[in-house]
Amino acid sequence: MSEIPAKAPQGHIEVRSFSLSYDSIEGPVQAVTDTQIHVKPGEFVSIVGPSGCGKSTLLNAVAGFLKPTTGIVTVDGERVGGPSAERGMVFQQYSLFPWKTVRENVEFGLKMRGMPRSQRERAARTLLGLAGLEAFEKHYPEKLSGGMKQRVGIVRALATGPKVLLLDEPFGALDAQTRVIMQQILTNMWQRLKISVLFVTHDIDEAIFLSDRVYCMTARPGSIKAEIPIPLERPRQQSMMMSSEFLALRRGLMSLIREESLKAMGGEINDLGMRGLNIELHGQSLAEVL
Amino acid sequence: MSSPAILRHPEDSMPATAIAETGPGPVATPPSFGTLALRWYRLNRSGLRAIAIGITSLLAFLLVWHLLTTYRVVFFVRFTNVPSPLAVYASFTKAIHDPKFLMHILLSCRRILVGFSLAAIVGVPLGLVMGRFKLVHEIIFPVAEVLRPIPAIAWVPMAIMLWPTNEQSIVYITFLGSFFPILVNTLHGMTLVDPVLVRAAQCLGARERSIFREVYYPASLPHIFTGLTVGMGVAWVSLIAAEMISGQYGIGYFTWEAYSLVQYADIALGMIAIGVLGLGSSLLIRGAGQLVMPWRAK
Repeated sequence: MSEIPAKAPQGHIEVRSFSLSYDSIEGPVQAVTDTQIHVKPGEFVSIVGPSGCGKSTLLNAVAGFLKPTTGIVTVDGERVGGPSAERGMVFQQYSLFPWKTVRENVEFGLKMRGMPRSQRERAARTLLGLAGLEAFEKHYPEKLSGGMKQRVGIVRALATGPKVLLLDEPFGALDAQTRVIMQQILTNMWQRLKISVLFVTHDIDEAIFLSDRVYCMTARPGSIKAEIPIPLERPRQQSMMMSSEFLALRRGLMSLIREESLKAMGGEINDLGMRGLNIELHGQSLAEVL
Repeated sequence: MSSPAILRHPEDSMPATAIAETGPGPVATPPSFGTLALRWYRLNRSGLRAIAIGITSLLAFLLVWHLLTTYRVVFFVRFTNVPSPLAVYASFTKAIHDPKFLMHILLSCRRILVGFSLAAIVGVPLGLVMGRFKLVHEIIFPVAEVLRPIPAIAWVPMAIMLWPTNEQSIVYITFLGSFFPILVNTLHGMTLVDPVLVRAAQCLGARERSIFREVYYPASLPHIFTGLTVGMGVAWVSLIAAEMISGQYGIGYFTWEAYSLVQYADIALGMIAIGVLGLGSSLLIRGAGQLVMPWRAK
């Protein structure tokens, strides 16, 4: 652990009166509107919401890839102006550099910082050891399984010792078994490094299992519909997912999301003209049928 | 749930017992040369088959060529004056001891080397910069698109006017032939770079220059090498045409001169030499590609 750049446990994320719209031929389209969220230092916070609600947009704004139309994003009081190594990011598509070996991928951030080769090699090996990937340091990413790729992705993002870790549906492309293991690995790393995490997912179980707090977003234009603290004790075990406490949280979040998903789908279905598809609703509204 | 388990059971256990029974065998006595050879044969059977058929097919081609020329077949196509494979072989054995023939080949290779290298040195960086900076693309692309469809051979008269020596104009035509495929493919590679990789590099602290070197360039390499391979092919086409029209030396000139001097065997010899040189240079590029892109090695 001594090889990992030590940083004071910071990483206070603040998003205030945030909105983001983009131009289209029909005028500005509101993607996210009037949103406030925060992540305390060392806290694990998830954002869930129906697809297309703008949760990834929000995350990309915190990463610095998108500029808010109104409002402000700060980390430790400093305004986010663009991407930086202070905010590590993990992508759903792994986004490892195919032309670099596993170790070279992990070293990348340290190389950008100008760390000498021997030093960053040692740091990368230590980190890969933590993720159980030492044996694969010389492999190219193409040869790895999805779960291994994403472990490399997480380790790569952590290598520079960022203040916060941003994850955009990182386990969305993995099978169910691998996903559970990855969640456990992520929790372990988070607890050891005491880093703030902002995690975007559409998987409710995942959000509850991992987080201290969950934000639930509305359908587009997205805003925060609810903020749910997760009081489950840590360390968390897979068995907790059957506990009545967990199931109650799950039911609550489920109904919140279902409401928003229906809103999102309702619009779509009207647009497509359900009547043309000859679907009889027996006088019921779509929401009732579903 | 129970039936798959029952079905799987014997499959799972059988290899285990098989290993347990035969396991010590191979460890104690290494397999004999005969078994090794047999295994090697089984693993490479399809490759060996392809080689065998390939050799047979080439021999058949030579045989047909031999028969057509020996009997001077005239059937729309006239084989009356076409040299036989044996005649070509005879002129080959004579030519390899002839310093003039070797000089023709060396000169052609030098022209390719200079023209093609210049095209790569200009085309690859230009393509990379055009792919990265919109303004450069907007300025250069229209000119390139107008010039690109003009075959390099059509440049011959203009090249003779432009350049003080014949040698320079031939190299220039070789350059032109390979330049556009290299430029266009490099540019194409740049447009296909995954933007998520660029973002990944950015939030690992990479600045513009590093992103260019560490992401855009390696991501475009496969297409750059496609461009180099195509460019090398077109370079030979352009070179041979230029040598036939305006050259004094070179393998293209040798082939054309052989026709003028009624040395028919040398025509075929020149053609085969051009084919072998073209094949060799594209193999060189493929080898270089594998060296530069180890992650793409299968």
